[in-house]
Amino acid sequence: MRIYVCVKHVPDTAANIRPEGQAAFDEKVKYIINPYDEYALEEALRIREQTGDAEVVALTVGRETAQATLRSALAMGADRGILVRTEEYFVDSALTARLLKGAMEREGSPDLVFTGKQSVDTEGMQTPYRLAALLDMPLVVDVVSFSLDGGKARVERESEAGMREILELTLPGVIGAAKGLNRPRCPTLPDVMKAKKKELKILTPADLMVPAGGPLMDVIALTAVPDRARGKVLCDSPEAMVAELIHLLREEAKVLT
Amino acid sequence: MAKIGVLIEEREGELKKTNFGILSLARGEAGNEVYAFLLGEAGTDCRELLGEFGVDKIVMVKTAAGCPDTNSSPEIQALALSKALEAFGIDVLLGSSSALGKDILARVAAQLDAPLVLDCLEIDLACGQVRKSHFSGRTTATIRLTGRPWIAGLRQNSYPETPNRRQPAVLEYIAPVENKGRLAVKGVRAGTGGGVDIAEAEVIVAGGRGVGEAKNFQLLRDCAARLGGAVGASRAAVDAGYAPHAIQVGQTGKTVSPRLYIACGISGSVQHFAGMKTAKTIVAINKDKDAPIMLKCNYALVGDLFEVLPVLTEALQS
Ligand SMILES: Cc1cc2nc3c(=O)[nH]c(=O)nc-3n(C[C@H](O)[C@H](O)[C@H](O)COP(=O)(O)OP(=O)(O)OC[C@H]3O[C@@H](n4cnc5c(N)ncnc54)[C@H](O)[C@@H]3O)c2cc1C
Ligand SMILES: Nc1ncnc2c1ncn2[C@@H]1O[C@H](COP(=O)(O)O)[C@@H](O)[C@H]1O
Repeated sequence: MRIYVCVKHVPDTAANIRPEGQAAFDEKVKYIINPYDEYALEEALRIREQTGDAEVVALTVGRETAQATLRSALAMGADRGILVRTEEYFVDSALTARLLKGAMEREGSPDLVFTGKQSVDTEGMQTPYRLAALLDMPLVVDVVSFSLDGGKARVERESEAGMREILELTLPGVIGAAKGLNRPRCPTLPDVMKAKKKELKILTPADLMVPAGGPLMDVIALTAVPDRARGKVLCDSPEAMVAELIHLLREEAKVLT
Repeated sequence: MAKIGVLIEEREGELKKTNFGILSLARGEAGNEVYAFLLGEAGTDCRELLGEFGVDKIVMVKTAAGCPDTNSSPEIQALALSKALEAFGIDVLLGSSSALGKDILARVAAQLDAPLVLDCLEIDLACGQVRKSHFSGRTTATIRLTGRPWIAGLRQNSYPETPNRRQPAVLEYIAPVENKGRLAVKGVRAGTGGGVDIAEAEVIVAGGRGVGEAKNFQLLRDCAARLGGAVGASRAAVDAGYAPHAIQVGQTGKTVSPRLYIACGISGSVQHFAGMKTAKTIVAINKDKDAPIMLKCNYALVGDLFEVLPVLTEALQS
């Protein structure tokens, strides 16, 4: 069984992002593997451990520097890594999905694909959908529970109001992982050393014969959101603060009637 | 004149309140033609309500096999809606970024290879541009969508409702789709959310590590009940087992945009702000006057939540 895990190289969620120029930012910040993709990878590794005969391939589309995230995936336990190298930071999800599919076509067709439910940089929430449509496979995103049952997968998806939908899909399929699916392992130092020797292949869109095409979704401006301004500080007895707060909520903020 | 479609959401046979802001946006000023697409079995009584918010045509989307209701595969629902968009020549499809909206809109976009942006804060229908958060709310991106139809999901509560009465026609559309049978909903079970969707709530009372214990969340529930709101939690509170993940607010939880957000014993990390930054008014109750949230909220109450919250709840009663 061949399992692909799509991982994205993203700025640390606590990093300070400073926009530069029209639609770019200062990219010299700390990067991490997209947190949801860690749940995706962990699940794939568990399947390999359970079934004994699966290959786990970590796949990313990104700049040259995204190799670091593939190395983290290899340290967690992926068997090999593939980078589809792009020149741009913002690659729209339609093109990303075509590149992911292109790489899979070249490197062997998937039996199962894991992704995260969303990337924390562009918050697109759609790459797995586009990938599944291109691969003509069923998919479920926001998955918090997964089990294999012969050629089928039984999953639970977090839907509204904390309800859980139970779904069954016929494999091959695409699964978008959410928090709660599992607890990702932390690589040890020997894991990190071993990862340095694992195969990491770099491909280009040209190698995959995927033409760029005009973007469907184009980031044309990026602006910093200032922190919310400091408001009124109340420091008094509970009774006095509450009376003042209710007055402010009614008269100033007009959010209470 | 553009044809604007809106994916209408229901819960237990009732139209969700979040539909109306989206319909008001779709109505706009430009004299668009507004189509309300219903995937469920909503009865004819929705006609009155949808008409009030400016719908011109109500389209009940069905499949030959019947109604693609919530029990059938989301794949079929999305396929049927995609066909309907094509059949009616829709230029733009709008919906909400609820769990259902995100899933169906993304399936439709993938099906039609159409541009899509979810969790939009603003939508400019005429220009085909939207604004949304990037990098956990630290930046806002302006995105241009190229292609037709284009699709956008709005962050909940981010557009006001403005009534605009019409007399909608009710149409039925039978989508020519076949079920590939590779994805099926087997059931639904109650998770941990207690049946309330915090993303829809207009008032949220949220607790963090400072709440100290699961049973203390009752203080927050009492206060929220007075305000007709819901209870939220920080990740620290969820990880400590005080509250279920379904009500976590932030980067790895829900994104909310209520009218009023009251944070109790929450320090205000970047990841927490990522989920509530666009709340209209933020109140913080914290012992530490220098906690990050105290510097980034509208009203900061310096005090012990166990002393302040009961007084607040009490005061809201009278
Ligand atoms: C990838 C990633 C994703 C994350 N996602 C999320 C997320 O979705 N949501 C989220 O919230 N966090 C998230 N976090 C965690 C985040 O970084 C913080 O650790 C978390 O938000 C802290 O929660 P807290 O404010 O409840 O706890 P703390 O930071 O410990 O703050 C507790 C606060 O309570 C106050 N306090 C204590 N006792 C009282 C009292 N009796 N009365 C009044 N005040 C009191 C203290 O002064 C303090 O300010 C994420 C982190 C990472 C790395
Ligand atoms: N550039 C990329 N390379 C590899 N996987 C990606 C990339 N972008 C998105 N993904 C996958 O798609 C998921 C959802 O991303 P998004 O649609 O950007 O929110 C992520 O969690 C990844 O698993």
